[in-house]
Amino acid sequence: MFDALSARFAKTFGNLRSKGKISSSDIDSVLDEITSALLEADVAKEVVDLFTERIGAQAAALLPTLQAGSNQAQAIFDVVNSELIKILGSEGRRIRFAKNPPTVIMLAGLQGAGKTTLAAKLAKFYKDQGNTPLLIAADLQRPNAVTQLQVLGEQIGVPVFAPEQGNGSGNAVEVARDGIAFAQSKVHNMVIVDTAGRLGVDDELMDEAIAIRNQIQPHEILFVIDSMIGQSAIATARAFEQGVGFDGLVLTKLDGDARGGAALSITEVLKRPIMFVSTGEKISDFDLFYPERMASRILGLGDVATLAEQAKKALNPETSAKLEEKFARGDDFTLEDFLEQLEAMANMGSMGKLLSMLPGAASMKKQIENFDESEIVRTKAIVQSMTPHERRDVKVLNGTRRARIARGSGRAVSEVNSLVERFSAAQKAMKQMRNGSMPAGMPAAMSGMPAIPASKSAVVHKKKSKSGNPAKRAAEERG
Amino acid sequence: MGIFSKFLSKIKVTELLHKPDLDELADELIAADIGADLAHSIIEQTRKVKSATPEESLHTVLLSHLSKKERSISTASGVTAVMVVGVNGTGKTTSVAKLARNFQSQGTVVLAAADTFRAAAVEQLQTWGQRIGVEVVSGKENSDPASVAFDAISKAQQLSAAFLLIDTAGRLHNKSDLMNELGKIKRVIEKVTPVSEVLLVIDATTGQNGLQQAKIFAEAVQVTGIVLTKLDGSARGGIALAIEDSLDIPIKFVGTGESIEDLAPFNPDEYVKGLIS
Repeated sequence: MFDALSARFAKTFGNLRSKGKISSSDIDSVLDEITSALLEADVAKEVVDLFTERIGAQAAALLPTLQAGSNQAQAIFDVVNSELIKILGSEGRRIRFAKNPPTVIMLAGLQGAGKTTLAAKLAKFYKDQGNTPLLIAADLQRPNAVTQLQVLGEQIGVPVFAPEQGNGSGNAVEVARDGIAFAQSKVHNMVIVDTAGRLGVDDELMDEAIAIRNQIQPHEILFVIDSMIGQSAIATARAFEQGVGFDGLVLTKLDGDARGGAALSITEVLKRPIMFVSTGEKISDFDLFYPERMASRILGLGDVATLAEQAKKALNPETSAKLEEKFARGDDFTLEDFLEQLEAMANMGSMGKLLSMLPGAASMKKQIENFDESEIVRTKAIVQSMTPHERRDVKVLNGTRRARIARGSGRAVSEVNSLVERFSAAQKAMKQMRNGSMPAGMPAAMSGMPAIPASKSAVVHKKKSKSGNPAKRAAEERG
Repeated sequence: MGIFSKFLSKIKVTELLHKPDLDELADELIAADIGADLAHSIIEQTRKVKSATPEESLHTVLLSHLSKKERSISTASGVTAVMVVGVNGTGKTTSVAKLARNFQSQGTVVLAAADTFRAAAVEQLQTWGQRIGVEVVSGKENSDPASVAFDAISKAQQLSAAFLLIDTAGRLHNKSDLMNELGKIKRVIEKVTPVSEVLLVIDATTGQNGLQQAKIFAEAVQVTGIVLTKLDGSARGGIALAIEDSLDIPIKFVGTGESIEDLAPFNPDEYVKGLIS
């Protein structure tokens, strides 16, 4: 989402780094760049001005103290980074649980911001942490918003309190009130109230939200905002702040390529923290908000922390342990191991999403965008067309075998060749790594294996490879 | 421009618009989501237009950045098939219902509920269909949207309908698999009948990302027009001007409220007035 912004920052600081000594006019031109980058990212004009003013002042104060030859560009960069983190909220705030349950969370936001989907995501997130959430369907305006929440609730196994079918009839305040009573009687420790979307200027609906708030006294009101929103973000957020009020923000649709500058605007002007982000259409595409991670993403430093976390979640500990053992024993890394790894990667999400979290991703934006996920399927097809014997030892792959694999996977022989070649290179790199030359071997393995443009050797599954052809399978089993 | 006229224009400018005024105007345009670069070039051009007042000059320049293409819906001799596409949450389903209401006076309308992804999207369209008395063709949840569209064409032909409106699932434009799916839906329909219009629904609150949305949707399904929704909120919808300017895709309808009747043909003059009001 912040990709384009990152790309611009990367370029700006690249220019700055190429200079030995930075003058105050260099800083001015950096500030100009930052201004237009932020505007293009939909950060509100007033916030851009504040931001650049602060950075300008700090940089000017910093400049005379910098020794010639020290990394001046880095120092300026650090100023920008820390200012960004400051705006985004120095520490991520989390939901405050009520002393006397249930903890009541109310959602508010514009139409189409993604409240209903978010209600389900939030419920799932806290359910997985051992809570017992109840969803209350108090959006009685949008046709079938209630049905939508019911369907989602069923999918995630969270009960939905929905006495009214909505579609313009029913009293949302009563629904909310009864829902809380219901939650208390059924000992739910958390309640999430979905409300009707509204336009910032709509008094009637805003009054309804206020009435719901007054009735149920929520512990947290979350303002849900689309990360694609433009300059009207501040006006809208202000209208909600002055109307129903809110404690924190949720940014939705962050899996798009919008730069999400509105997030900066609202946190800066209204001093409300971003608490969660929603990053995809799946219910699980949801996370806590980490300011420092977001700042480094904006600045093109990548989001390695999130990547590592996802990797940990996706990798089967047994598989990893087995691999480690194997590695220690000095056995070769085989295409079978490769398949398991690829499968784990598939569980982490699309390659594009993973790649975009790597440092320097902004400058590879084009490649990442053009990353053809079906390449992974093709690679998978090639590996799956091999016999187990071949997968364990690629050296047996002679011309005939390669031709057969190509036919079996519907790919060209040259593609089979290129996969085998890259795999052998990676295998070699692994060996070197084991022999202690880690730093040199590592990048080689990385570039050799899941390379971006060519093969993206990737994902794969299939537990125990078996040929679909009974005769072949028999041959395979013989070895 | 000769030296003399350059001099003249300078005089005019100093008389009418001072630098701080110009900066302020540019900020106004930026606040309307027109985009910084376009805002500055519009201000530059405004300086060169000679009108009675600066406002009038600005109005003229803004109008000149709008598309010259036809803004009415092009109809076919048989069923006029209209696909409605866009990112999540822009108001596609509601717009489909409003368009149906709008087209009803010209003949029978059939709706295809080809958003088989979002929970209860089909029911949402069915509710609208019942309210306005229009047939809604749907499939099972998670069924193939192209097949729903296909069934809907048969239904439309069987009823000798004048219009078939196809509601599609919201999708972020950077998801290439979903964009490919959209292309497939269109190709399936085109096997039977030409698609007269592909309308992209853009939320007026959208920022600069709207350009990217329009560009990629246009590449995938040859967007013929835009429905600009939620213009009744606090946003002025300047992104639509940026889209018209850079991609030459005309806005055809504007959503102006929550009731089924709140859809109006796009009026350039009013829109531009709204931008600088």
